[in-house]
Amino acid sequence: MKNIKYLLLRRVTQVTLLFLYFGANAFGWHMLEGTFGASRLFGLIPLADPYTAVQVLASGFVLGADVLLGALIITVFYMVVGGRAFCSWVCPINMVTDLANWLRRRLKLDKDEVNYRFIKRRARYWIMVLGIVVSAIVGVAAFEVLSPITIMQRGIVFGFGAGVSVIIAIFLFDLFGVKNGWCGHLCPLGAAYSVIGSKSIVRVEHNHTNCTNCMDCKVVCPENQVLHMINKSSISVTDAECTNCGRCVDVCNDDALGFSIRSFTNK
Amino acid sequence: MANSDNNRRKFFATTLQSVGLTALGGLLWSGYSDEVKASPLVLRPPGALPEEDFLKACIKCGLCAEACVNRDSNKNQDGSSRPSTLQMAKGGDHRMIGTPFFIPTEVPCYMCDDVPCVPVCPSGALDMPSLLNEKKELDINKATMGLAVVHKESCIAFWGIQCDACYRACPLLDEAITLEYQKNERTGKHAFLLPIVHDNICTGCGLCEQACVTEKPAIFVLPNEIAKGRAGDHYVKGWDEKDQNRVQNAKEIKTKNERSQKEASDYLNMEVEY
Repeated sequence: MKNIKYLLLRRVTQVTLLFLYFGANAFGWHMLEGTFGASRLFGLIPLADPYTAVQVLASGFVLGADVLLGALIITVFYMVVGGRAFCSWVCPINMVTDLANWLRRRLKLDKDEVNYRFIKRRARYWIMVLGIVVSAIVGVAAFEVLSPITIMQRGIVFGFGAGVSVIIAIFLFDLFGVKNGWCGHLCPLGAAYSVIGSKSIVRVEHNHTNCTNCMDCKVVCPENQVLHMINKSSISVTDAECTNCGRCVDVCNDDALGFSIRSFTNK
Repeated sequence: MANSDNNRRKFFATTLQSVGLTALGGLLWSGYSDEVKASPLVLRPPGALPEEDFLKACIKCGLCAEACVNRDSNKNQDGSSRPSTLQMAKGGDHRMIGTPFFIPTEVPCYMCDDVPCVPVCPSGALDMPSLLNEKKELDINKATMGLAVVHKESCIAFWGIQCDACYRACPLLDEAITLEYQKNERTGKHAFLLPIVHDNICTGCGLCEQACVTEKPAIFVLPNEIAKGRAGDHYVKGWDEKDQNRVQNAKEIKTKNERSQKEASDYLNMEVEY
């Protein structure tokens, strides 16, 4: 674990974005205003969360053009560039669950006897669809009622109140409940970004001739089912659930993993 | 053969399980969401859609609250900066989380001329057209955030003590609140100066509530839905042509019960047991 290049880059990105959002409220900056639900970049370009926008539309309200355009911009961005990069490079909950995950490893809670696996990783896709259905039934964007992501972000920008308990709950769930429980099993927003970015261009590529099969990458990966090719074949990580966090690249001492542009030609 | 049977059974079992658990989650989630949106005692920013639509439309971005806090005019008289009117509901506020609201006794709406909170709304939850006047300019006086209501038993002006704090605080002075003079029969030589709120002018800004001198304000802003009654289509001001337009599309309502079996005249003379 000598190399923490991408980890640092991610933390800097996350904190910078949150600080810009914070400054918009606290100091009146016009760099990045609003919250993830809908934002304005440089006081001009609208940005919006596509999953939230879909929920609002499902609840039966015809959204304003700003949100629709903003959701389109974000969708196209992650379709092309990011994949699930939102999850590991932007989302503040990522810092909470990464901390829980790190502590799990430190406290050796990953052994089978204490690692409950009663939730399947595909649960999040059901929850994603369910969120849209519930929005339509109840007439309110259903995930936004309890989303720890926006609760945490609004907490940072406007003050937490009792909302901090939600963040603590996520932390405890990931630490003592299910490993990668929130981000890797339940979060419908992550599922939505999986779907959006399933064909995105920037991908981790594996070179199996360099690989010494040390499995450091699989230990550190929050979605290690996507690393099925390790020491087997030299292909890109194309699974939609990869968050492009780059931890595997960081921990690899054999130069067997690195970011590259996805090749669409030779399968 | 047996193996493929097993596989099929397993497939059906896991599918059934997933569907069942999804239904369970859906029930819990729907119930929870429906409960948390039921907070009718909440005052929204100017131009907000009716509460039901507002809760659908608000994307909880906070741009309105940021526009409200970052005002150069957000200064107290001594020059210190004051907190903004609009708050974003947090956990523990007992209002739909992430939606903007204000509490007049903490910070009322100061009714800025340029209404900074409304044009920034990206979703349409704050409806700008509803605040445009005849010249297509934003006009904060058209806002209907709520309605001030006077509780006359705790209003000291109704006791006969001279107080016009709410009347003076009102941004629509002598329009939204007027003072009605009445003779004080108790003393025989003084006048009551009674604050009367006019609901077609009052914007619900809450400056009166904040200014009220009683321990718990005797004048307070309620959401329109709660503060206002409705006469319904049964009652029409026959002397007012405008009011007749109101019931243009009224439909006949036929009540059918035990009494309607007989003629109206019969029912009036009928003995009724309660």
